[in-house]
This record gives sequence, structure tokens and C-alpha cells, in this order.
Amino acid sequence: MTQGIPLNFFLIISTLMFFIGIFGFLTRRNLITMLMSIELILNAVNINFVVFNKYLYPQQLHGLFFSLIIIAVAAAEAAVAIAIIINIYRNFKSIDVDNVDEMKY
Amino acid sequence: MFYFLAAMVIVFSILTVTSRKVLRAATYLLFVLIATAAIYFLLEYTFLAAVQLTVYAGGIVVLIIFSILLTSRLSEKAPVASVRQQILSALAAGAGAVLTLLTILKYGFPQESVASEPTSAVQIGNALTSYNRDGFALAFEVISVLLLAAMIGAIVVARREKLKEEESNKEL
Repeated sequence: MTQGIPLNFFLIISTLMFFIGIFGFLTRRNLITMLMSIELILNAVNINFVVFNKYLYPQQLHGLFFSLIIIAVAAAEAAVAIAIIINIYRNFKSIDVDNVDEMKY
Repeated sequence: MFYFLAAMVIVFSILTVTSRKVLRAATYLLFVLIATAAIYFLLEYTFLAAVQLTVYAGGIVVLIIFSILLTSRLSEKAPVASVRQQILSALAAGAGAVLTLLTILKYGFPQESVASEPTSAVQIGNALTSYNRDGFALAFEVISVLLLAAMIGAIVVARREKLKEEESNKEL
């Protein structure tokens, strides 16, 4: 399936995706869209692990398991982050980072 | 096929971080995640692709869309950073991308994929529950405890507290 596609092409895609995520994280002013940028970053890292596993160590499964575990951690992280965001919305009536500028309860 | 998927990933990633409407950004994120699952299918890691589809595209995106519906007014556009900040961020991200790409392209990775058997779900299950040298039982247990703790933590954080309790706590 991957005959004729060099390893570099996958790495280029994941690099671009990673830095698009970084750009979104720096420019977005809404907590949920910042969370979506983090999901992009995690996804790019997953592609890297899987592709290295396929091209460099096809007999082993370590990269695959790294990706599985990162997906599980991302799910946990998204759940906790959204709980926090909903709580912030209850206290501030807004989830824009410019309005949420005090750490007071 | 690969080039189509690559174009899809890049275009929809850019749309995700630039779209002014939050719900549209979430939909573009869904397309990015599905294209990533297709890349895993291309690499013949079918189990991982299925997990990606169910957990990411099925679970996380639905969670994000629900929280958008709960917290945002959909007619409003998301606020953006100042132009100066956007330019600086683009410069930082672009410099990082160029540096990383130069490093990748200079380093001589072996470029051809070795023909190998597709990994079966049985193989993955055996490795996941084996506690031998090449097993991942410890990681499996740790991740399950982490998930449990995160779910309980999410419930506790998101729960609406009763005002009366708060008042009595303050008095104490």
C-alpha cells in the first residue's frame, strides 16, 4: 500500500500539521478552539510514531502502542478540559481568554 | 490516494485554526481526524485506524461539539488576536516548521517501506495483555487507572455545586 511513498512525505505532513496546531494555539482567543489546536498537535505526533514504526521497525509494535496510549490520554485530557471550560463558563459567562483574567474562585 | 489525503489533512488543518465560526472549526477538525484514520488504513494499521475513528472522530469531536453548543452563542464570531500577534505567531510557527523540515530532509532516513505482514488484532491483544519482556500490560493498567481518575475528576469539576453548601463552607 505504501510502495513508492517515501518516509519523508509522511514526516512533512505531520510537521506541517504540528505547526499549524501551534499557530492556532497562539492566535486563538477561545478556550474550545485552543483545545482543538491541541488535538491537532497530538494527532501530528501520532502520525509520526506510526510511520516510524511502519518504515523503520516493521516487526515490532512499540510505535503503535505509543499511538494507542496517546489517543487514550487525549480522550482523558479532552474530558477534563471540557469540564473545566464548562465550569469557567458558569463563573464568568464567557470562555474567551481575554475575559477570564483572574484566578479567583 | 496518499496525495489526496495529504492535501485534505493540510487544507482542513488550516481551516480549523482560521475559521471564525467555532462550530465550523469543529467540523473541519472532524475531517482532519478522518483523513488521519485513512492514512493509518493506508499504512495497514487497521486496528489503530478503527480506534482513531471511534475515540477521536466519534468521541472527542462529539464532546467538543456539545461543549460548543453549551457555552457559545453560535451567531457570534470567535474573537481573534491582534494583527501584530498573528504575524508574530505565524513567524514563530513558520520558523519552527522550516527548521524541523530542514532537519528531517537532511537526515538520511531509509525511505522504502519493507514489505511486512499487516498487524492483526490478535497480535495487538496478545502484546497488550502480556507481562513478558515485550508486553505492554503495565502501560495498559496505568492508562486504565488514568482514564478512571480523569473521568471522576471531570465529573467532580463540572458538577454544579449547591449554593447552600458554599455558604456554610464560607462560614466555617
